[in-house]
Order: sequence, then C-alpha cells, then structure tokens
Amino acid sequence: MAKTLFDKVWDAHVVKQIEGGIDVLYIDRHLIHEVTSPQAFAELEARGLELFRRDKIVATPDHNIPTENQHLPIKDALSRLQVDKLLENCAKHKVELYGLGHPFQGIVHVIGPELGITLPGRTMVCGDSHTSTHGAFGAIAFGIGTSQVAQVMASQCLLQSRPKTMRITVDGELNKGVSAKDIILYIISQLTAAGGTGYFVEYAGSAIKSLSMEARMTICNMSIEMGARGGMIAPDQTTFDYIKGREFAPKGEAFEKAVAYWETLHTDADATFDLEYNFPAADIEPMITYGTNPGMGIKIKGTIPETLGLASQDSYHKALNYMGFKPGESLLGKEISHVFIGSCTNSRIEDLRVVANYVKGKQRAAHVQAMIVPGSKQVEKQAIAEGLDLILKEAGFELREPGCSACLGMNEDKVPAGAYCVSTSNRNFEGRQGPGARTLLASPLVAAITAVQGKIVDITEFLN
Amino acid sequence: MEKVVKVISSAVPLANEDIDTDQIIPARFLKATSREGFGDNLFRDWRYNNDNSKKDFVLNDSTYAGSILVAGKNFGCGSSREHAAWALYDYGFRVVVSSFFADIFKGNALNNGLLPVQVSEEYLQGLLAAVKADPSTEVQVDLESQEIEFNGKKATFEVNPYKKVCLINGYDDIDYLVSIKEEITAFEASAITI
Repeated sequence: MAKTLFDKVWDAHVVKQIEGGIDVLYIDRHLIHEVTSPQAFAELEARGLELFRRDKIVATPDHNIPTENQHLPIKDALSRLQVDKLLENCAKHKVELYGLGHPFQGIVHVIGPELGITLPGRTMVCGDSHTSTHGAFGAIAFGIGTSQVAQVMASQCLLQSRPKTMRITVDGELNKGVSAKDIILYIISQLTAAGGTGYFVEYAGSAIKSLSMEARMTICNMSIEMGARGGMIAPDQTTFDYIKGREFAPKGEAFEKAVAYWETLHTDADATFDLEYNFPAADIEPMITYGTNPGMGIKIKGTIPETLGLASQDSYHKALNYMGFKPGESLLGKEISHVFIGSCTNSRIEDLRVVANYVKGKQRAAHVQAMIVPGSKQVEKQAIAEGLDLILKEAGFELREPGCSACLGMNEDKVPAGAYCVSTSNRNFEGRQGPGARTLLASPLVAAITAVQGKIVDITEFLN
Repeated sequence: MEKVVKVISSAVPLANEDIDTDQIIPARFLKATSREGFGDNLFRDWRYNNDNSKKDFVLNDSTYAGSILVAGKNFGCGSSREHAAWALYDYGFRVVVSSFFADIFKGNALNNGLLPVQVSEEYLQGLLAAVKADPSTEVQVDLESQEIEFNGKKATFEVNPYKKVCLINGYDDIDYLVSIKEEITAFEASAITI
C-alpha cells in the first residue's frame, strides 16, 4: 500500500495497538531540559522506577539560564535550583548532560541536529512544543507534557492516537528578501493558529526542497504554531550532506547503510493525505505579525485586516488593543525599541550570518536595544571563528551566550511593558517576552534591517 | 491520578479565543521543581497588575465560581507546559469546556484528571450566555454517559475509550507502559536501529 513519509516512520515504531485505536509508539531519542523534567524524575522516584533506556536521553539546560556570565553561579535562586536539579538528576540517573560551559550546550532543538542526534526516520520527543523542529530531517518529532516525559523515561514509549496527515506544498522560486521564516509565517497566516490541530504536516514542493537544513528547521519548528503536532520534510542529499561527519551520526559503512534506508523515506507517488494545501512561492513576501498569536501575520507592506476569519470580533479587538494597533492600519514607519534575534526558530549560524552580512559597517538606530543570542556553544564558536561577533558588536548589537533567552522571558532577558520588539522567535503571545511586552515576529533579515532603521520598513527597498 | 466521574457545578465563563498556555501560566512561574502551587499564578497577568493589585478579570469577580471553566475556541494552544493543566487543577477546576482544544494541552489535561469537554461552537455560546445571565446556572458533566447538560440542554462529547477507562479508574499511562516492558524489549530487538 502506498504510504506517506509520516506513515513509514510511524509504522516502523508501533510496538502494538491497544483499545481505542491507541498505538504504543517507540521513541528513539528523548531530549530533556531543566524546566519540564524535574517533576518527571520525581514521579519515577515516587513510583520506585528506573530509567528504562538512559542511553537514549540527552539533557541540556536552556530555558531558564542567564545569557551573560554563564561561567558564574546563576544569580536567580529559583533558576539556580532548577538547573542544579537537572545536574543532580542526570548524575543520579547517569544521563548524558551538556551543562553550562560544555562545548555541546545549547537550545535542545539546536543541539540535537548539530550533534547528529537528530536523524531521518527517528522518533524524537522533548517536553517542549518546538520539538517539531527535528522533523526537518524526516524524523517524527513532537512536544510532550511532563507526565509523558516520565512515561518515556520509564518505558521509552508513549500511548498515542495516530494523527491525521496534511501536506503543504510550496512550489516555485522565492521572492527577493523571502526566507524560511516568511514561508512559515505566511502559511500560518493562511491556515490560522488552529488550522493544523490534529494533523502531522509534511512540507513539500520545489521551494522547500531548495532550502538548507537550517531553513527547513525554521519551517518545521513553527508547525506547532498552527496547532500541528509536528512537521516533516523528506530527507534528501541536502539532509545527508548536513548529517555526514557530525558527532553522533553514523560513520563510514554505517553511514552508507543509513543513507540507503533514509532514501526510502519519502511519500509514495500515489499516497494520499487527509488534507492538502498548495501555495505558490511567488505569493510569499517578507512577513511580520501584528497580533497576539502567530496566525496574525501580514506581508510587511500590507495592512492589518478589518476582521480575522472566523475569530470573534471581541477576541480580535482585544488582541489589537494589546498591541496598540488598529484594523486597516499599515505597520510601516512604526517605531521599534527592541530587536531580539535568537530562539530555536532562528539562532543558527546561517541566521547570524544573514544579520552580520546586513549590519556590517552599519549601526543600530540609537533608540534600539538589539540582542542576539546564538542557539548553542557551537554556533557561538563558529560565529567567532568567522568574525561575526566583531561585526555585530561594532554595529551595536549585544551578543549573548546561548539559551532560550527573550523568546519566553523566563530569565532576565525581557522586553519592558508596552515596548515593541521585532523578534525572530516563534510566539507573539501576550506577555511572552515579559509582562506587557509587544512582540512582532519576523525573519532575521527583517529584524536586522529594523534594528538599523529603528522602525518597520519595506525591507525590499533596502536590499541590493 | 484522582478519579473523574461526574462534575456538577456552577461555571466560570472566559469567552476569549486562542487562550495559550503562556496566559494560563506565564513562563516566569515555571521555575518550581514540584507540581504543586501553580494555581496561585493561574492567569497571572490577566488577574494581577505588576504591583499585585487585582485586575478586572473573571477570576477576581466573586459573581462567578465553580469547578468548570468555559472558554473560547482553541483553548490551551502554544507551549507544551503541563504546568498549565496543573495550574487549572490546583486552582480547583476539574472540567474545561470549549469548542476546540489544542492537542498537547488536551493530552496533558487527560493525564492529570482535568476533563476537556469539546462541544459545538453553538452549544458553547449558549452555555457562555446562560452562565453570564445567571452565574448560578448548574452545569452537569457526566463522563460515564459522555454528556454535558445545563438548563435542560444536553450535548454529548467525545473521549477516547482508553482514556475514559483511565479517568474513571484513576489509572495513569505509565502503569500500563511499565507493565509491557517485555514486549517493548522484544520490539527493540526487531526494530530498525539507526
């Protein structure tokens, strides 16, 4: 029977099916961090259970760590306790840990791929909704709650209902200034923040195939922002080239054998999906969000709509009031005081290169605070090796140490109440970057240009 | 997990759509390493100003009370933080009624004995209007018969048969998974290992 990419990977991991159509799904790799794991370790201990397969777990602190002076003890007592708890739990249960200062430390969804832990055909979970990132390799990867973190620790399995499948095809050549971030913000603006709920998405088409692995990760990362559990892209030569030689990737003959298997991981020509969408690449322009969920996005040159699909006018106006915007308004010319470049969506070396390439020889606007937070120690090291750190510093950007930072405002990297922040992260929810903060999601290129101009502009006028 | 069978209560109306888990419990309150006490910060930034004075918000309005939260569509979207389900439960909610739930939140709720009841948009609007008109309106949610009722208006709701058994008996998935470790080990021996 013809199968989708999703079906092939899912079916290869079903241990058995139980009542109610629920599958016992085997999980190949489990990433854990300090925020959603302590209660899971505590649950295991309360039940007298051991880790079932500790060699399939990798831990790193990322959400709740400072991005300055990481070599010093964490100042915030609660944060320090939580990070120490991760260290203590990993030592006690012998889990591989990349702590602060370790050359492999970083945001879970940045280090998985760069270390070769993320591989095509694998199932991966993490107590974090952006686990969908790893789907860029043709893995089934999704976020889970802490009870499920404990389940995977105890059994390496989860009880899962099989989701429906959706394919989103983007064909054609991308317009000038359009990046992966614009593609996914455009898709979510079309499908809404709930349009993917209940589905696992496969992204396909020539525009997707043309993207680098890092760009594909940006797309899959934001699948959850339309409610989809995960997103996938069929592995191809770009994927294999990226994986080859990475720390934990198969080597030599094992790699060749793996590639032979990975080449079978694509949707068969006559396989069908529960739902399909097609978007011409030509329709996609540089994007920005204006509201309080990632579905509220427009072309940067566009205007804020009068109504939003089936959303109630009350909820819509509440969102616009929070943002200080009006229906029908253009965002061009709006003054911006903060720019954040980072997060599991856009903190990889290619993102830093895009920013450095634009800001080289320029200065951020005097009223803008521009922060750039690399996704991992490896990204940071590479940025320094390429001299990007100097370019960014000369342009007036603060280059921080790796972590989730101002994406979720859990540490001290927050945006003040009422301030506008153009952010390369993934969520513009109320208060996400700090109580009262107003977030506008955009690509690294849009963020870089905004930092220099100090306001929202039609970026296509600033490109060569 | 506590058993869930039947909940009869007045309800708290929160008509906002797309309520994300960052609103339910903001990230800065996720620093705890235990499951308890999150109810104090449930809807923190909608309930309190920065100086901790109370805002005009339904949880601060003594007109409304009860263990059933009635919320607008796409409830629980965003972050996978199970703390959102813990916060709602810790505050005293046992049921959330909405016309649409985000996947991860729904799973987390079911794993904590917090029952997500999905109804039609029309039924939801009727329920919100009834509760606003008369805050003492009694809402009955019966998991056994999978029915919700207020003012004589009934609707049925879906719940996975396996999860229903778990909820009624207070079983956790982990008990089951640990009980089939031998089958899992056998699966590992036959699985594709890359």
